[in-house]
Amino acid sequence: MIYFQLIYEFFKIGLFSIGGGMATLPFLMDLTTRYDWYTAEELTNIVAVSESTPGPVGINMATYAGYNAAGIPGALAATLALVAPALVIIVIIAKFLENFSENATVQAAFYGIRPTVAALIGYAVWELLKITMVVTVGGAARPDYIGIVICLAAFGLMQIKQLKNLHPLIWIAAGAVIGIVLQL
Amino acid sequence: MKKLLELYISFFKIGALTFGGGLAMLPMLKRELVDTQGWVTEEEILDMYAIGQCTPGIIAVNTATYVGYRQAGFVGGVFATFGMISPSLIIICLIASILQNFLHIPAVLHALAGIRIVVCALMLQTVVTMTRKGIHDRFGVFLFLAAFILACFSPVPTAVIIILSAIAGIIAKKVGRRKAS
Repeated sequence: MIYFQLIYEFFKIGLFSIGGGMATLPFLMDLTTRYDWYTAEELTNIVAVSESTPGPVGINMATYAGYNAAGIPGALAATLALVAPALVIIVIIAKFLENFSENATVQAAFYGIRPTVAALIGYAVWELLKITMVVTVGGAARPDYIGIVICLAAFGLMQIKQLKNLHPLIWIAAGAVIGIVLQL
Repeated sequence: MKKLLELYISFFKIGALTFGGGLAMLPMLKRELVDTQGWVTEEEILDMYAIGQCTPGIIAVNTATYVGYRQAGFVGGVFATFGMISPSLIIICLIASILQNFLHIPAVLHALAGIRIVVCALMLQTVVTMTRKGIHDRFGVFLFLAAFILACFSPVPTAVIIILSAIAGIIAKKVGRRKAS
C-alpha cells in the first residue's frame, strides 16, 4: 500500500529532520534510492517549485513529493504525516518544559546535531549537483560545462553583500530567463 | 469555535503570503500574531523560533502549533497547524498538475533547465550558511566530516547519523565540563 509507505516514510522524516525545511532534503534524496515515487532529477524540480511558491519550503517539498508518488491523496498523506510528530512534541514541550531550548542537555545535543545536519544537506546537494550538471549527448554522459559556469556565477553573485538577501524567487526567475534565452 | 476558526484563518494567511519558510516568515508572523491579533509578544515569537530550531519538524509549522496550543489547547494547535499547511497543499497540487500538462512545451523545458541550475547555486548557499552557523570549533569540523563520510560511503540511515551526532554532542560537553572542573 503506497499510502502506508508514504505515511511511514514522512512520519519518520518529520521526526528526524531538525533545523528547518532544508533538513528534509537528505531524507527526500534517500527516498529516490528506495522507491520509484520520483527521480533524483525530479527532486531538483521539487526544490525549485517549493522555493518559489508560498508556504514553508519543507511542507511544499513533502506535498510535491507525495503528489508525485500518489496524486492528491498522496500529497495529503505525506504532508499530514510530516507534521504529526512535531504536533505532539511541541504540545508536550509547551505543556511540561518551561525552558526547553535553554536546557543544558538539549544544547549539548544540538552542539552535535548542527554540524551533522549541515553535512547531510551538503551530501544531498552534492548528489543533486552530480545529476544536474551532467548532459547526455548521443548516449554518452559528459559534464554540462555551461550549467557549471552559470551555477558558479550565480553562487559567486550570492556572496556579494547587496545581493545576499535577495529573495530566492528573484534568482529562480533569473534562472528561467537564462534557460529560455540560452535554450538550455 | 470562533477562536479555532480565527487561528485557522490567521495561519492560512501567513502560509499563503510568505515565501521561503524559516526566518523569512518572521516579519509576517509578527504582523499577524503580534500587531493584528495580539496573541503573543514579539519576544515570545523569538522564543518559539528558538524552540522550533531545536525540535524536529518544520520551524514555521512548529511556531503555528505552539501559538495555537497556547491560545486554545491541543485542538487549537491542530487548527493552527492545518491553517499553516493548507495553502501549500492547495498551491503545490495545483502547480504540480498544471506543470505536468506543460512539460511538452520547449520554452517550459528550457526555463526549468535554467531554474534547476540556479536552484543548485541556492542549495550550495544554504549549505555554506548552515556550515558557518553550525560549526564553531574542531569538534564541529570532525562531526561534519564524519557525517559526510558516513552519508557517502556507508548504508547507515540518515536518522541514525543524526541520533549519533546528538549523543556525541552530549558526551563532548560532559567531557569538556569534567576537564574544566
